[in-house]
Amino acid sequence: MSVSETTVNAEFDARTWDMVGSLNLSKQLVSGDVLVELARTRPEICVLTADLGRPTRVRVFKEHYPERYFNFGIAERNMVGAAAGMAASGMRPYISNYACFLAVLATDNIRTDICYPNLPVKMIGTHSGVAMGFYGTSHHATEDIGFLRPMANLTILAPVDALALRQTLEATVDFETPLYLRVGRGRETPVYDAPIENWRIGGSAQLRDGTDATIFATGNCVAFALLAASELAAEGIDVRVVDAYSLKPIDRDAILAAARETSLVFSAEEHNVIGGLGSAVAEVLAEAGTATKLVRIGFQDVYSVLGPPTHLYTYYGLDGSGIAKRVRDELSAR
Amino acid sequence: MMTAEVLDVSTLRSKAHMVRSEVLRLTEIAGSGHYGSAFSIAEILTALYYRFLRLRPAEPQWADRDRFTMGKGHAMIAVYPILADLGFFPKSVLDTYTRLKSPLGDHPDMRKVPGADFSSGSIGHNLSVSVGMALALNVRRSDARVVCMMGDGEQAEGQVWEAAALAGFRKLSNLIAIVDRNKVQSDDACATVLDMEPLDEKYRAFGWDVVHLADGHDWTQILDTFALVFDGTRTKPVAILADTVAGKGVSFMETTWQWHLGYLGPADYRRAQAELDAQAASFSKPRTSGENGR
Repeated sequence: MSVSETTVNAEFDARTWDMVGSLNLSKQLVSGDVLVELARTRPEICVLTADLGRPTRVRVFKEHYPERYFNFGIAERNMVGAAAGMAASGMRPYISNYACFLAVLATDNIRTDICYPNLPVKMIGTHSGVAMGFYGTSHHATEDIGFLRPMANLTILAPVDALALRQTLEATVDFETPLYLRVGRGRETPVYDAPIENWRIGGSAQLRDGTDATIFATGNCVAFALLAASELAAEGIDVRVVDAYSLKPIDRDAILAAARETSLVFSAEEHNVIGGLGSAVAEVLAEAGTATKLVRIGFQDVYSVLGPPTHLYTYYGLDGSGIAKRVRDELSAR
Repeated sequence: MMTAEVLDVSTLRSKAHMVRSEVLRLTEIAGSGHYGSAFSIAEILTALYYRFLRLRPAEPQWADRDRFTMGKGHAMIAVYPILADLGFFPKSVLDTYTRLKSPLGDHPDMRKVPGADFSSGSIGHNLSVSVGMALALNVRRSDARVVCMMGDGEQAEGQVWEAAALAGFRKLSNLIAIVDRNKVQSDDACATVLDMEPLDEKYRAFGWDVVHLADGHDWTQILDTFALVFDGTRTKPVAILADTVAGKGVSFMETTWQWHLGYLGPADYRRAQAELDAQAASFSKPRTSGENGR
């Protein structure tokens, strides 16, 4: 059996692809490449996956450091527990798996083996939200933020594109407490063309200022919120857009500033509105005693229907025009 | 009791051809699909659904039907055409495969697909579900059987062995597990990622009877194996270890690991279909020496 790293050969139809070839579309998933660089001077870095090294694009690590790359097979809980054991024994493991088969599947192991002992394990949950489209709910992760947010000691970050992912991995490489990175499938529209200024744990990035409303967005919804803001600007509606890249801790100051300076606050996420970014923003607004209304855009406590991801974003009103419509409707109802 | 039509081997063969052709067609609709995992079980599924499972397509929730669960849910694309052909739902539904709001996704949804006995997609869950079904059927004194189809990569999930332990301990003789040993999984060959062999010794040690289906594409072997395990004299759960070929039926898929997931452009779709059609035609002619029924 040949297991080459090349795509199907030249005698095939130009439109034909196999799994290896299709991965070339996941350009934003650069974790493997970045970890190869970071591991050069850090022999304690290792990479773990559960039969998803290729689709999450960390398999490149195996080519450089075969002795520090561990494919656990389809056995996620074992992988998470083993990562904890490695971290307790001087290694600095990075787990790379689909978000559904990491944060959703191995929740107890993440809590009891990694977060409670406060171990330096970094988890990269890819294909979050409904990026797996017609694979269905088993492969979706619209609960992962909600499952993980109540885990003490855990930091949750959501880099939206290749540049942000690189910046986040580099900035957190010497982080000594548990970390979860929520990322997409790698086919996202890039948001950044330069590193995020003043990037910090607990920070956020204001990508566009506005006075009528603020949208706090995460993941794919950051690019969608920017599209919505452009669409609304043409109608004279002035919307602030914030990339809430630090989901826990959340940027409290940015949320309270938005509540003071704009009349409406929106959250937009590829996640159930219960437990995710919308809940985090709501907690800040309520505890500060603000009277600013919050509108949570996301999955309204439902499992997604089946369909290609791009169709799902439109169907659930998460794309640019869907978010714009929601903002327009809320503002006109006031 | 047997309500599905009992078919002869030549008809079963044409049904398996239909399954593979539909897998090609539906994958064209989706834009990607698990050809390898679907083709490796085409004959086994055909034999089960058209010969051995007691089903009532007009009454999908019939309480005493045999259950079929799909641990390797990503190969459900091979079951949908059979369910439609048996009349569980109109064949036109197949045309909506993976489109927005379709009941038919890459993995089965029991709430949307008549004839799908359980949902799946997270590897390793369905043997536990099948254990629960077998326990419930025993309590209810039903003579229905539960068949769980799993992948060989799936055997790495610890949950499989939690389920296997209880099934063996409880002597769930109404439970049949099939392990599709097509020898590949998402990242690589199973033997390279995590070799779970010897599976026969493992299942025996967990209290199961083990039957080896040496060629999961050979009709005689398949029918003999199922006749044995469905003969009503079981005293333990049975694991059928079926050696199969990922991508079976399309030459360029049989020889490489990479067609676990993929997509055929129009020219290669025609090439693959032509190969399947040529095999089907060769069996409709009088047999010549050297042909082995596959």
